[in-house]
Amino acid sequence: MYTTDQYEGMLAETVILPAYHADLINAYFARPLGTGPFPGMVLIHHMPGWDEWYRETTRKFAAHGYITLCPNLYFRDGHGTPEDVAAKVRGAGGVSDEQVLGDVGAALAMLLALPYVSGKVGVFGTCSGGRHAYLSACRIPGFASIVDCWGGRVVMTPEELTPKQPVAPLDYTADLACPLLGIFGNDDHSPTPEQVDQLEETLKRHGKDYEFHRYDGAGHGFFYHNRPNFRQEQAVDGWQKVFAFLDRTLKGA
Amino acid sequence: MCTMISQQLNISGSGKAGSDWTRVDLVCVSFDHPFNMPLEYTLNLDFTSQAGTPGARLAVELDAASARQLVQVIQEVMQRAQAGGFVAE
Repeated sequence: MYTTDQYEGMLAETVILPAYHADLINAYFARPLGTGPFPGMVLIHHMPGWDEWYRETTRKFAAHGYITLCPNLYFRDGHGTPEDVAAKVRGAGGVSDEQVLGDVGAALAMLLALPYVSGKVGVFGTCSGGRHAYLSACRIPGFASIVDCWGGRVVMTPEELTPKQPVAPLDYTADLACPLLGIFGNDDHSPTPEQVDQLEETLKRHGKDYEFHRYDGAGHGFFYHNRPNFRQEQAVDGWQKVFAFLDRTLKGA
Repeated sequence: MCTMISQQLNISGSGKAGSDWTRVDLVCVSFDHPFNMPLEYTLNLDFTSQAGTPGARLAVELDAASARQLVQVIQEVMQRAQAGGFVAE
């Protein structure tokens, strides 16, 4: 917890990351100043792209004491404003799960190689990034914690599977090897409350360590202060739950 | 992508943004989160040139009712044009 008598400093910059297929992509990196060791976080951006909200959130995690890296999953699709690039990716049906896993795995490896990272790294994502976070925590060994904020399409019907998304993340639940925090709005359409129920039943069946917070009066993306779905009371409580969970699972607090 | 409800169509046309016209040869139609409209989901039309940069995009975000009405009006207009012999096949 921040106190007014403490020193606080931060470095935040764009870096280059060797990622999936050895492609060089860019990533936004923010870290508290000091020798640490600090825990790390990989942030997986949402469908609207590698946007200002994710750069702000990267700095937010750094301010809370996490070495934080947010890879640009849409780097290969050209450059422009985040929404123009995201629209191009949307038109092409999104990025493949395989490519995302490669990029996220590279981000994890980069963090673990830094001398001021404690060795404990978590993953956080919202919207499609929540789905990718769940997938990553199941498929990439080494994450110590995962936060899934309203990740849609974790639960998928066979008809929803595509060549880019060939397996429902839910089907990998047996491989989840770290504690999970789930944040959901009960008015959301993706995931619906029924899909969140199904996810919880699956986690229970596999004996996983999880913690869900499900908010009334909130729908999809209620942390986004720049969108009409923002819900102040639920967002404040949700962020408190996020950092309490990460402090426990990554800092041992 | 949150809904993954998206399709692309090759087209032939021109679009105008500001004072500039540009050729468009691809439209991406999706029902997903908008960037601007204050709604959770919208019908999104992105008219682009396949040779262009991501920024060379003419974008429209419509609520569901507007999208349905637009489709209906396009159909009606095209039927009248066809009946009037204005459509060269």
